[in-house]
Amino acid sequence: MPDLTKTPAVDEPEVVLAEAQAGGKVLDGGEANGARSLWSDAWRDLRRRPLFIISSALILVVLLMAAFPGLFTSADPASGDLTKHFLGEPKLAHFFQEDWFGYDRQGRSIYARTVFGVRNSVMVGVGVTLLVTLFGGLVGMLAGYFGGFWDSLLSRITDVFFGIPFLLGAMVVLNAFTNRNVWVITGALAFLGWTQIARVMRGAVITTKHADYVMAAKALGAGTKRILFRHVLPNAVAPVIVVATIALGTYIVAESTLSYLGLGFGDDAISWGADISDATNDIRNNPHTLIFPAGMLSLTVLAFIMLGDAVREALDPKLR
Amino acid sequence: MGRYVARRLLQMIPVFIGTTLLIFLMVNALPGDPVKALWGDKPPDPAQVAQIKHDRGLDLPLWEQYLHYMKGLFQGDFGKTIAGNRPILDEITQAFPVSMRLAAMAWTFELVVGITLGVIAGIRRGRIIDTTVTMFTLLVISIPIFVFGRGLQLVFGNELGWVKPTVQDSENLEQLILPALVLGLVGLAYVARLTRTSIKENRSADYIRTAVAKGLPRRRIVSRHLLRNSLIPVVTYLGTDIGALMGGAVITEGIFNVTGVGNLLFQGIARREGAVIVGVVTVLVLVYLLASLLVDLLYAVLDPRIRYA
Amino acid sequence: MTTIDKTADVPAPRSGGNYSGHLLEVKDLHVEFHTRDGVVKAVNGVNYSVDAGETLAVLGESGSGKSVTAQAIMGILDMPPGKIPQGEIVFRGQDMLKQSNEERRKMRGSKIAMIFQDALSSLNPVLSVGYQLGEMFRVHQGMSRKDAKARSIELMDRVKIPAAKERVSDYPHQFSGGMRQRIMIAMALALEPDLIIADEPTTALDVTVQAQVMDLLAELQREYNMGLILITHDLGVVADVADKIAVMYAGRIVETAPVHELYKRPAHPYTRGLLDSIPRLDQKGQELYAIKGLPPNLLKAPSGCAFNPRCPKAQDICRTEVPPLVPVTERDGAELAGRGSACHFWKETIHG
Repeated sequence: MPDLTKTPAVDEPEVVLAEAQAGGKVLDGGEANGARSLWSDAWRDLRRRPLFIISSALILVVLLMAAFPGLFTSADPASGDLTKHFLGEPKLAHFFQEDWFGYDRQGRSIYARTVFGVRNSVMVGVGVTLLVTLFGGLVGMLAGYFGGFWDSLLSRITDVFFGIPFLLGAMVVLNAFTNRNVWVITGALAFLGWTQIARVMRGAVITTKHADYVMAAKALGAGTKRILFRHVLPNAVAPVIVVATIALGTYIVAESTLSYLGLGFGDDAISWGADISDATNDIRNNPHTLIFPAGMLSLTVLAFIMLGDAVREALDPKLR
Repeated sequence: MGRYVARRLLQMIPVFIGTTLLIFLMVNALPGDPVKALWGDKPPDPAQVAQIKHDRGLDLPLWEQYLHYMKGLFQGDFGKTIAGNRPILDEITQAFPVSMRLAAMAWTFELVVGITLGVIAGIRRGRIIDTTVTMFTLLVISIPIFVFGRGLQLVFGNELGWVKPTVQDSENLEQLILPALVLGLVGLAYVARLTRTSIKENRSADYIRTAVAKGLPRRRIVSRHLLRNSLIPVVTYLGTDIGALMGGAVITEGIFNVTGVGNLLFQGIARREGAVIVGVVTVLVLVYLLASLLVDLLYAVLDPRIRYA
Repeated sequence: MTTIDKTADVPAPRSGGNYSGHLLEVKDLHVEFHTRDGVVKAVNGVNYSVDAGETLAVLGESGSGKSVTAQAIMGILDMPPGKIPQGEIVFRGQDMLKQSNEERRKMRGSKIAMIFQDALSSLNPVLSVGYQLGEMFRVHQGMSRKDAKARSIELMDRVKIPAAKERVSDYPHQFSGGMRQRIMIAMALALEPDLIIADEPTTALDVTVQAQVMDLLAELQREYNMGLILITHDLGVVADVADKIAVMYAGRIVETAPVHELYKRPAHPYTRGLLDSIPRLDQKGQELYAIKGLPPNLLKAPSGCAFNPRCPKAQDICRTEVPPLVPVTERDGAELAGRGSACHFWKETIHG
């Protein structure tokens, strides 16, 4: 695990110079303009990264699309006009129009389906991420901070859940439900997905726990709660955020994979995963039915992974 | 060393029991009735259902069923399928060698191609080759594996005809190349990313500066000094991925018609054959646990600072 | 930056080799780092020289450019972001900055070697010390693995590591700090280079061990008649082993002098400040002197003399004009061999 907890020393220009040599990043040496924190420093770095700007812009568009699909299209994604599937080819010049991406085999607008499909994918991605970050983060934090018996117990429980392959477990759970909606799918993925965050959090907390500033806070008589929430957590949370952002993208992929297996959203729901898996049966004749939903899904996933990467590199001086 | 291994083996017992119990509960506690499913859409005969359940011990409380199952397991009895009444052990021993071959090939792809790409990208950071590798790995991770599978199958199997689109003979390694590539693709991308990050971090380490100051040639610095230190996190990933490759082949095996563990699991889930799922997962967990022990032991070889007492 | 390096005229205390000029001469060296925040001018026109058997101490705070200069000499600067826009590094009559990478690589370790500050992180944690020592012989002399191991044991004996034969296969973390630094020294000495650069070799060590390691280094230097550049911020270390001193501040040499003269009569306010901040037994009970302020930000160094914001003697001229390094003389104008100061008011400082 990269040492993300170390705040660059502002009063040691030699350290700064060494960093300058390592990767071309320099702090304001001995200038008395206040110590820069890990986060504000990372933020300064991030704002200048094209990767960060592009991925954030993409994510904003995707979130907007999920919240207000009506802004992007007036076409109905569910109604199919079977006469239209014969003229299904995309009309690439018809920006934002019903036939922009063409029609699928049922004569439904692929553009409208792509726009309306965002919501389910994003809700699953964000929902699973929130659940696993909260639960996994809590388990990891308690195990890492208290150590001893609690660590052994919580770590073994984590191991137990980690031992079941992620997709397989989700399949078993989802197979039991006939009404697979957002909440069911989110729950099934989170049920087995939290172990990754728990492990990362535990490692980060253990590293931070032994940091000098935590020792200092202890020596000054700070209580457990204060140490945990004021000192350990803010510094241990960085790697968790990075892992969670990247994982968000992979949850969206997982949902589409489950749809492919027939264990995703039900037939009446509009979902990228279901559309993509339908389209794979017909790639040879109608590749456009695959390309647009799959492209949007990949772009969304890509945006989250790139965001995670950018944050990771900004937080880790060794990578700059 | 011996004592460490013994202790680790002992620690595995609760995890093994916990995982099998968890999957057992997941399979059995969730709604859905495998026995009633035997009748398909027709209304089941309650008397016959009760009879089958009684014969199989399915009317006992869950914990008793679990104990019963574990007792059988230790005697090598994995139970029988509900539909067809075949010994599950036979199905497992039939499917595992196939998946093992496939997983071994996929794993080799991950190891060789993934590490090579990661090292090249890591030591040429910021150059075109680094950007290319990074974009490639990102694409692989962001595109669902079934899209890749179907796409590659179409291009290489149906259009170009370089390989058979589906696997007819699972002992023919040539036919397994494409499925193995698809199976290992995501892992390959993760290995490349991990290696690259690790190399990038270690490049600026003090001991690399020392190696440069010693006048060592670049090739030697990379192969003897940089690589070994950077591969430690990669080994963890590769080690724990062996089990995942075997159990995670559901999609790949489906696309290429491979009758391995993934296929067996998918059938088990679709037919709600709880005992099949639990049996396969039990073996997978064993593979996973042994692999992680192996990784820990390999750690000590790679990093002498780690000592197991 | 018209600097006159008077040390160039000092005859070498101990003659070395058959080469007539200086063993190493750094001429008007500039190093800058191109970063996103701007250009950091880490070294701004440094001149110094070392002869065989001579010890030059380069003194300065963190960020003064002393380590960067040394890394430029070694050729281990990361370029980019580092860049050497100007200057020469002449080793045995040849400008190393004009050599090919491969030529420079072959000189590293065999002709010029370096000892780093933190031996624990500077030694590879996953390779045995014997392997790391033996690598010098195997790479530079094509020696077999077995012969290289035998030589490694000899080397470890040479730097007084007890039970060398048994410990040759041990790993760095199994040695104490002092022993590890001895291994670093052994590695630098392996091929009997002409010049050794020691970058704060004792800073990370216990005080009791510091003297032992320094003595060993000095002894070996005498024996092999090597040139030694000792980079340090510790005036105490310098006094015992150095022949001459160059004091650096913000990427420039602000004062040069033979070692004892510097202690007796500093000719730069910064040097004086450094000397005054050494705790002394005869001043027990008084408040310890400290130079005010912080080292300058190299991204935007102060105009004029870089030391002016912290200097007790600063006048208007100090804020506008960069003082060149000029020869320091006695009151009557008699030359003081090897002395120079980059202060507008050096006369007042040394004689006042």
